[in-house]
Amino acid sequence: MLEVSHLHKQFGDLTAINDISFKLVPGEILGFLGPNGAGKSTTMKVITGFLAPSSGTVTVWGCDVATDPLGAQKHLGYLPEGAPLYEEMTPRTFLAFIAEVRGITGAESADRIRSVVSTMSLEAVLDQRIETLSKGFKRRVGLAQAILHDPDVLILDEPTDGLDPVQKHHVREMIQGLSKDKIVIISTHILEEVTAVCSRAIIIAGGSVLADCTPDELESRSRYHLATTIRFSGEEQLNTHRDALSTLEDVSGTDVSASSVELTLFPGETEGSSQRVAQQAVEYLRGHDADVTGIFQERGRLDEVFREITGLEVRH
Amino acid sequence: MNGVSVILKRELLSYFATPLAYVFIFIFLVLSGVFTFYLGNFFEREQADLTPFFSFHPWLYLFLVPAISMRLWSEERKTGTIELLMTLPVSRIDAVLGKFLAAWLFAGFALLLTFPLWITVNYLGDPDNGVIFTSYLGSFLMAGGFLAIGSCMSALTRSQVIAFIGCGIVCLLFVLAGFQMVTGLLRDWLPLFLVDTIASLSFLMHFSAVSRGVVGLADLVYFLSMIGVWLAATVVVLEIKQAD
Ligand SMILES: Nc1ncnc2c1ncn2[C@@H]1O[C@H](COP(=O)(O)OP(=O)(O)OP(=O)(O)O)[C@@H](O)[C@H]1O
Ligand SMILES: [Mg+2]
Repeated sequence: MLEVSHLHKQFGDLTAINDISFKLVPGEILGFLGPNGAGKSTTMKVITGFLAPSSGTVTVWGCDVATDPLGAQKHLGYLPEGAPLYEEMTPRTFLAFIAEVRGITGAESADRIRSVVSTMSLEAVLDQRIETLSKGFKRRVGLAQAILHDPDVLILDEPTDGLDPVQKHHVREMIQGLSKDKIVIISTHILEEVTAVCSRAIIIAGGSVLADCTPDELESRSRYHLATTIRFSGEEQLNTHRDALSTLEDVSGTDVSASSVELTLFPGETEGSSQRVAQQAVEYLRGHDADVTGIFQERGRLDEVFREITGLEVRH
Repeated sequence: MNGVSVILKRELLSYFATPLAYVFIFIFLVLSGVFTFYLGNFFEREQADLTPFFSFHPWLYLFLVPAISMRLWSEERKTGTIELLMTLPVSRIDAVLGKFLAAWLFAGFALLLTFPLWITVNYLGDPDNGVIFTSYLGSFLMAGGFLAIGSCMSALTRSQVIAFIGCGIVCLLFVLAGFQMVTGLLRDWLPLFLVDTIASLSFLMHFSAVSRGVVGLADLVYFLSMIGVWLAATVVVLEIKQAD
């Protein structure tokens, strides 16, 4: 269990966290979203006991971080922002140090290190000084360090920043593959990551929680949620059919994509209208022999929801 | 205690992972030699003892100890590893102790490497090895006091340069407090008991007492409490401004 209640953090005049509360149970993977400076990293620093909150409490697996930081930190694995590491060490000596600090010794230590080295594919750089590693490899050493003791609560600040696509995929698999009795918090600026791995998303801005729901619910807040998008073979095809399509029953609005070949039909508010829009559009296109290369129903566009919720939406 | 020893080990290894350790030891040994043989008139005195060697130690430490201690915490702040360290299940006290002990052991190791001087005086004459031993002990304790001050200065800032200068200045004050010129000056201005109190806080007074061959309880208590107080101050500083 991880409980954050009424957290505030003040840096002088600046309020970095303003009354954040949430509760996570084992099995939950929380995605922390928010614009730069929203307070994501600060919240993570408070949860891990690095920063003392101005007020509010954090409880990790029954340990109050303020009164029993060491107890809480035993349950925690943490990748700080930017993955700071002891640069003069090698991944091998560094991981051995972390194991030792965490009281893992002997055969168990060797086992755990071997396991995280293979999870993070670090075999090739084990004996290279960390300062000479590429950014992505440094991040992977930081991740290996965080999961070394198989923690109950894993807190990762932008874990996939700087990773190549294959490694990104690996890390997401690693997070999803954690057993169901763990709690994970990741912060990220990659929205698709949230739909890919998280069971819950919290959007914060200016230190306050603006949304707390599942990624699916987040998608359903999108204007594009269940809208029908038609891709025409060319711009003139789109222009020919646009007016007719936009006057179909239940269509409440249309939008043309930047590439000018995609037309989106937004359904109205009434029950079942998204389905009717899709069906009517298909019938119309068949009936009029339109030159269409694709037609699909949107899930919802997270980037748009994100901009809207955080108030960064640029109205067009 | 596990925390202290693990951190101590990591720190010691990291000294020798960079050229810093070797450069430091080299400079320390060269300066020890220069001070002893040239400035200390080692041969001209025609006495088989290490008095000239040890009498320069407070001054030598003034700029060599800050060079060791400056990186203790400033570097962690600068690179952000302090966030890693302080979120591992290690208490602040253990971390402070582990780092300090590593630096102290390192200084002790450098001190040990001056053994050729000891061999030389024993070859040239018949020195009082008891005195030499207590002088080494006194010098080691003094290095510990300097390092504890340096640890606190280093915890205050993310800049190693500022940590170096801060440590140098504070240590200088604690050395000068017992310097005869300074106590003489102070006597004109302050009541005697105050001058004595200030002088009794001086590294110089206690070090010269020990290097005469007598390890008094007062001197031992002085050095150890100096170390204790400054390490406690380090813990407090880290607690107050851990994240800055
Ligand atoms: N030590 C500090 N002293 C003063 N202000 C700070 C400190 N640390 C963070 N802040 C401020 O707190 C706010 C939140 O910062 P935080 O690092 O939590 O943002 P973030 O959500 O992680 O942003 P990003 O996406 O850029 O990583 C920012 O305005 C930042 O300037
Ligand atoms: Mg951040």
